[in-house]
Amino acid sequence: MSNQLATNKGSLLRSIRKNKLIYLMIFPGLLYILIYKYIPMYGLIISFQNYKPYKGIMGSEWVGFEHFTRLFNSPDFWMIFSNTLILFGLQLLIYFPIPIILAIMLNELRNEIYKKTVQTLIYLPHFMSWVIVVSISFVIFTFDGGIINGMLESLGFSKINFLLSSDWFRPMYILQIIWREAGWGTIVFLAAIAAVDPQLYEAAKMDGASRFRQMISITLPSIKSVIIVLLILKIGDVLELGFEHVYLLLNSTNRHVAEIFDTYVYVSGILQGQFSYSTAVGFFKGFVGLILVLLANWLAKRYGEEGIY
Amino acid sequence: MVGDKSWGSRIFSFTNGLLLAIVALVTVLPFIHVFASSFATAGELAAKKFLLVPTTFTFDAYKYIFSTSTLPRALFVSIFVTVVGTVWSMLISSLTAYGLSRKDLAGRNTLMFLFVFTMLFSGGMIPTFLVVQETGLLNSYLSLIVPVSINVFNMIILRTFFQGLPDGLEESGKIDGCNDFGILLRIVIPCSMPAIATISLFYAVTYWNTYMHAILYLSDAAKWPVQVLLRQIIVLASGLNYDSAVYTDTPPPSQSVKMAVIVVATLPVLVVYPFLQKHFAKGALLGSIKS
Repeated sequence: MSNQLATNKGSLLRSIRKNKLIYLMIFPGLLYILIYKYIPMYGLIISFQNYKPYKGIMGSEWVGFEHFTRLFNSPDFWMIFSNTLILFGLQLLIYFPIPIILAIMLNELRNEIYKKTVQTLIYLPHFMSWVIVVSISFVIFTFDGGIINGMLESLGFSKINFLLSSDWFRPMYILQIIWREAGWGTIVFLAAIAAVDPQLYEAAKMDGASRFRQMISITLPSIKSVIIVLLILKIGDVLELGFEHVYLLLNSTNRHVAEIFDTYVYVSGILQGQFSYSTAVGFFKGFVGLILVLLANWLAKRYGEEGIY
Repeated sequence: MVGDKSWGSRIFSFTNGLLLAIVALVTVLPFIHVFASSFATAGELAAKKFLLVPTTFTFDAYKYIFSTSTLPRALFVSIFVTVVGTVWSMLISSLTAYGLSRKDLAGRNTLMFLFVFTMLFSGGMIPTFLVVQETGLLNSYLSLIVPVSINVFNMIILRTFFQGLPDGLEESGKIDGCNDFGILLRIVIPCSMPAIATISLFYAVTYWNTYMHAILYLSDAAKWPVQVLLRQIIVLASGLNYDSAVYTDTPPPSQSVKMAVIVVATLPVLVVYPFLQKHFAKGALLGSIKS
């Protein structure tokens, strides 16, 4: 028994020695995640303290769950919570079906050059930063001199203050997501459609099914499992609404509909210096997010498809 | 091909093609409008609306934005961060990816788990900020690079690609007397150029688009990359701001100046896009399916 252990240990050492250059290669990457990913996880301790920068983690006073209690009792929490759910609900109901519809339509294009051109154009916005996406919509939708309000005016409608009205925050948010991501989102569905057995279409043609009917009755059901898996994974990401995107749209007039966990952490932590409280908020979000992602992956795997992680 | 030439099928094809053309048009129209407006005179933009072609072309907006050092400096920062960041991230990512792709490595699964877990959970904004501060990177350009050295998702795509190379390649390298570094440099990387190119471009676009880290870690306005400057010019000029940082160098910029800054910030991505486009769909799928 002890002999066995010794030889195992010996072979492990031998294998490490044999691959010492490989470990050397991984070392910088490992050092990077230890310093910038794992030490911050250790730093979550400050959410249970009254962290003072000059006292450090070791010297700061322990307060237990005080910051968490403060968060749950704060009216801000319910505002953030409902904003998160509403924005996510909009994504699910309005954004999510669009890439599926576009992919099915793209699949029906018979001219390859035409198809490639459309794909090239609709993938493009995905590579633009949120700053550019938001900037473009600002100059287009702005009250004075924006093309949209100019059109409304010349058509005899009254101008709409898209950027300053809190009623327009949610439509703008979802519109920008659709513009930036809907094209790129088709890729995974197109791949799924490419795997559909062509014989199914032949059989449908024999039965006299129209092309539209084939789309509804063959293509859509064939990619149903991919749609469901992506839907589950999407639900796992409910808290990931995009810090940059929301922060760029946030202002004092729309805060009550726009504030989400990430922006709240930034404002209360970085701008107001409440390190411990904002860390607690981030910790809560990260922890719930982890559970949701693991749950979603487990569900997706159970559904019979391979999850992302 | 029964029924493919029927009237119903033709009408379907036409309608479908037309709808997709409209979708593509709606996607690119904002770009074209912004591009065209950047060449319009301020007077025309204020007085009458046009979508695509201004009546008089002028480079005034571009002359104006390049007349002070603010924008050229921000562009220089962005170019520097993009070039240095991409080289650095590719170096450290391909080393890690190759190491983790070796099937004979003891502890490989544990190491892999350490990397994958960082995609699922993180210490969050504030603890990361404190570490960046402790490591002395605040207000340094390195704060935009070092804390995001590896994008684990990109690293996994590279690793998957390396794993797909035939084992014989490494064997032949060993027979020729190469050590592991030699194999990576002379055999694995030259055989993986499509993946290396795709991931480099992914990194480059990410570095060019960097915004959040800049507002978190750079308090000195002279160090801002172009994305932060753009945001200050566009969003804050409308009088809406959440924080107190205000862009004070110039009076509220005219509409055509805003358009010109957007064009300048967008152009580099548009230039690399055709190269990116050749590979990215494959790369994106590889990452989402195989990992």
